[in-house]
Amino acid sequence: MSAIRLADLTLGYDRHPAVHHLSGTIEEGSLTAIVGPNGAGKSTLLKGITGTLAPLSGSIAFSKGKRLAYLPQSADLDRSFPIHVYDLVAMGLWNRAGIFGRIGAPDAHRIEHAIAAVGLTGFERRPIGTLSGGQMQRALFARLLLQDAEIILLDEPFTAIDARTTADLLALVQRWHGESRTVVAVLHDIETVRRAFPRTLLLAREAVAWGRTAEVLTPENLLEARRMVEAFDRQAEPCRRDAA
Amino acid sequence: MLYDLFIGPFAEFDFMRRALVGIVALAVGGGPIGVFLMLRRMSLTGDAMAHAILPGAALGYLVAGFSLPAMTFGGLAAGFAVALLAGAVARATVLKEDASLAAFYLISLALGVTIVSLRGSAIDLLHVLFGNVLALDDDVLILLASVTTISLTTLAALYRPLVLECVDPGFLRSVSRSGGVVHLTFLALVVLNLVAGFNALGTLLAVGMMMLPAAAARFWTADITRLLLFATGFGILSGYAGLVVSYAAGSSLPAGPAVILAAGVLYIFSLLFGSQGGLARRALMRPHLQR
Repeated sequence: MSAIRLADLTLGYDRHPAVHHLSGTIEEGSLTAIVGPNGAGKSTLLKGITGTLAPLSGSIAFSKGKRLAYLPQSADLDRSFPIHVYDLVAMGLWNRAGIFGRIGAPDAHRIEHAIAAVGLTGFERRPIGTLSGGQMQRALFARLLLQDAEIILLDEPFTAIDARTTADLLALVQRWHGESRTVVAVLHDIETVRRAFPRTLLLAREAVAWGRTAEVLTPENLLEARRMVEAFDRQAEPCRRDAA
Repeated sequence: MLYDLFIGPFAEFDFMRRALVGIVALAVGGGPIGVFLMLRRMSLTGDAMAHAILPGAALGYLVAGFSLPAMTFGGLAAGFAVALLAGAVARATVLKEDASLAAFYLISLALGVTIVSLRGSAIDLLHVLFGNVLALDDDVLILLASVTTISLTTLAALYRPLVLECVDPGFLRSVSRSGGVVHLTFLALVVLNLVAGFNALGTLLAVGMMMLPAAAARFWTADITRLLLFATGFGILSGYAGLVVSYAAGSSLPAGPAVILAAGVLYIFSLLFGSQGGLARRALMRPHLQR
């Protein structure tokens, strides 16, 4: 069963494509890393899958009735906002509580449980502005835990995070994988991908290779990916394959 | 003696009681709005919208004189128009939203002053620009109270998505489509409160009742709930203090500016001595941190 099916998907801004004619499937319960050089369209692809960015052409299909959780790059979050860790994590209950729903005692218990699972017990009443980068990322993972989604998308979750936090959070990703959730993560660190992610999509605007990690992350493919992004940047823009 | 200063004016004079009721209503409605404007980095947007209301209210004045419904309706229409236009221009062109707002409000201000001058005297112009908090009649008080009621109930209903939109708009977009609606509703509340404030404090000062208490509150707490309470409290306090001082000073100090000045004093006091990042506390902390 495929969780997400991409069919000839092209995504971009102002008609300039950033992800080009991408087709393929992400299987249910799979653990996939998306890697590629800067400007390869990795974050754009996640934005497309979450529906923040409408496709220029092609389509994205999900298996029915699956909830989706998305962790954007941390820069999108206003860390000066006066809110506590507890309340930030509690946002993960949105699907359950919505705008008006009550957050009752069982929910409070779940929130505490999620905070404990990421090792932030005792930080509940801390304003988010006082957290370190690693602690912030732990809090966001607690929110993901509460979202309890079948499909989880992570955009560079371990960038600029200390080694210990990375290891703890990676363990959570493995736990989700063990629970048969579908996890897709944009990553930079090839070693982490080799070690922990069974499947990989190597992206350079188009898919360079997509499949089992060991077969995808060959030196030839990595070189090819870098070459493709550079070539694309030089040629610049509008989608030429459409014109043909 | 103390009674004469702090309670006497309100016990004795009807217009002082009305002014106090009006200002309290403004503070209770505008304080929380100001907090969200500040947290969303839209403080200048509030200012721009306050100016934008002027030509609409002035048109109402031109048509019907000092008529509450005409000026209120005109102000609302102009405020909504500029809020939507500025957003549209920012999205459709290279201009950033702040520049586009600045352009709109400068035009609005000039246009508004021109329209009022067409018919009225300099006194009328002063009244439109700075309001007359000591001349609130029943209709204005009912308008102020209604706007405050609408603001508070709407804010209560939209509280969750509004906070989420400020903290993590990307997350809200991923779980709900309510972001756009919430933003527009919030802008509508801003316009509504500015139009209400316009009747008491005039177009130029109305926004002061929103922004100054909110900015002052930020120096005392880093918690959104308390921030809302503090801003409301500071608003009420400055309203009361401004009226008392203005009364004591006789005719030399007009009440509207006195209220905003009181809020300004409160802000500067908070800036200096606030427990969250106040300058004095910082200066005291520095040697300790350097060691």
